[in-house]
Amino acid sequence: MSRRRLLAIARKELIQVRRDPRSLLIALLMPVLLMGLLGYGARLDARHLPVWTFDRDGSQESQALLHRVRASPYFDLVGTVDRYDALAAAIDDNRCKLGLVLPPDFSRRLRSGEAVTVQALVDATDDNTANLAIGYAETVVDGFSADVRLDWVRRQGLPDLAAAPPLSIEARTWYNEDLDSRNFIIPGVVALAMALVGALLSSLTVAREWERGTMEQLASTPVTAPEIMLGKLLPYFLIGMADAALCIVIGVGWFQVPFRGTVGTLLVATALFLIVTLTVAFTISVAIRSQLGASQIAIIVTLLPFNMLSGFAFPIDQMPAPIRAVTYLVWGRYYLTVLKAVLLKGSALADVAAPMLAMAAYAVVVGVLATRVFRKSLD
Amino acid sequence: MSAAGNAVLVEDLVKRFGSFTAVDHVSFAARRGEVLGFLGPNGAGKSTIIRILCALLRPSAGRVLVAGLDVARDAEAVRAHIGYMSQRFSLYDDLTAVENLRFFGGMYRVRAAELRQRIAWAVEMAGLRGRETELVGTLAGGWKQRLALGCAVLHRPPIVFLDEPTSGVDPVSRRDFWQLIHQMAAGGVTVFVSTHYMDEAGYCHRLALLDRGRLVALGTPAELKQTAMRGALLHVECPPSPQALTALEGAPGVLEAAIFGDGFHVVVAEAEPALRALPPYLAARGVPCRAIARIPPSLEDVFVQRVGRAPAEARA
Repeated sequence: MSRRRLLAIARKELIQVRRDPRSLLIALLMPVLLMGLLGYGARLDARHLPVWTFDRDGSQESQALLHRVRASPYFDLVGTVDRYDALAAAIDDNRCKLGLVLPPDFSRRLRSGEAVTVQALVDATDDNTANLAIGYAETVVDGFSADVRLDWVRRQGLPDLAAAPPLSIEARTWYNEDLDSRNFIIPGVVALAMALVGALLSSLTVAREWERGTMEQLASTPVTAPEIMLGKLLPYFLIGMADAALCIVIGVGWFQVPFRGTVGTLLVATALFLIVTLTVAFTISVAIRSQLGASQIAIIVTLLPFNMLSGFAFPIDQMPAPIRAVTYLVWGRYYLTVLKAVLLKGSALADVAAPMLAMAAYAVVVGVLATRVFRKSLD
Repeated sequence: MSAAGNAVLVEDLVKRFGSFTAVDHVSFAARRGEVLGFLGPNGAGKSTIIRILCALLRPSAGRVLVAGLDVARDAEAVRAHIGYMSQRFSLYDDLTAVENLRFFGGMYRVRAAELRQRIAWAVEMAGLRGRETELVGTLAGGWKQRLALGCAVLHRPPIVFLDEPTSGVDPVSRRDFWQLIHQMAAGGVTVFVSTHYMDEAGYCHRLALLDRGRLVALGTPAELKQTAMRGALLHVECPPSPQALTALEGAPGVLEAAIFGDGFHVVVAEAEPALRALPPYLAARGVPCRAIARIPPSLEDVFVQRVGRAPAEARA
């Protein structure tokens, strides 16, 4: 292994990236674009859901409930109607996600201590948002009803004690105290951006040499396969690490995702993830020999499993067992585990040893495979 | 390099691709400072042999020593002793001339002080002084080709392989390029050149005539003209017509006949009887023969006879 040759190849690759507008855009703009788009766009929790109401009672009590709805950060009361079909129409044409109907005897039944049912009409085309809306609505109504009961108990001259429910859960949400889905999504976007940049750039590198006929000339020199491979991957590794740093700065600095762990752990995990991603894309580049084909296959092989099976979009422990087994092949799942642990939990290196080792083993396997495939392609 | 002075030794070389035999039991040797040309139509095996000598392809059978090293066993060591210019222009278009030179200098691990000097030499040789920082993709063919040669010999290899180095280059550049080749050879470098230009074949010290993977003839251009030809060559001056050709081909003692300029080149088994018999034979068949003479064969005649096709059509 000659350091001189390795560095000569790395320098040449860097010059080529610098002179290729497409590669430059991928390296510099893609991470910022992805962080911006997905950081703002992909949210799993709902706030400011538009709500329309149909208050058939129009009493002080019914208005008190609506006031609570209005005060909730999850809902925006944007319209009131006086007909049932107008409410249905508002849901139909997407003006609101949730319609609340307060019955005409709302205040009378409340005062007489009878049970009251509030009807909620929910647009469930997006089941996630619908579930959230129902949950938020129940919380608001439960709070209101507890106050009403307390009020009633007091007026009956009974001791306050009876008002407290016999059982309750006091939940404390750890690691993501505000239950902000952004804290869950941003680490995924960081990994996604790195995987995309790394896969795209390194999938072009060998294919470009085959396409332009320069591989033959290169192969006639004493340079060895590992020298070419490492020399080619080194610049993309540095670019990928710089992109990762940029993404994390955006995530922590702009989107306010907490950073509770150590930079060292993050560095090791990011390096391992990048090495695996780059090596996989490199192997594809060696096998496909066309820049277009290699970049497309690299995107499919790295991004598709990452999106579906890494736990980025869908929780892994809720997948059926056979699919869960497949996720162990998706190296992004290990990185995502470490990244979330380091950012949100402040985990130390020892806490994430298992996924780290998995990535290291993965790197060794694909590294050996890539060297084999590459050496064979030169013969 | 062996004591016998052979820079390259090829014994019984065979290369098969599946069921196709690209190189069929070829043997030859090349001395230090020799310019050896590979002449043959496409598919003759020229590039395959060169790529085996550069350790880019593994031989299927036979022994190949380059600079005394076995290409099948010491591929990496062989590559340090050779320079190779592939058929297709293959420098980096998006790098400048100097960046390309520096890159290949790195591949061959030319020492820094020497590299500076060699780069200056290559820039001068390629005629690129003042254009060092232009991207190679913007240069015209002749410059690119000389720059590619510069990259291939930066490390002063004792053996250089040039695979059709002058294809697609204008005649003046081609002539300059051959001057460079002879300068290198004069300095003791062994140069292998494949070509399909007949005029270039004449510049080689020795020629290997290849056809369908077999070595058909090997020798100096003069030797090939004298010995590689079966029979004697006559120039028959008569208006070229299909009837004349048919008549000539049917004449006694005639092995081959082909239209050549304003007459025919005819290969006969023996010169003297044919010189006497042909004019009356043709006249009897209504073909007026203005003159007939024995001529020394050109390389092209040898090529046509041994390969069975004219080099121009063989090029395709």
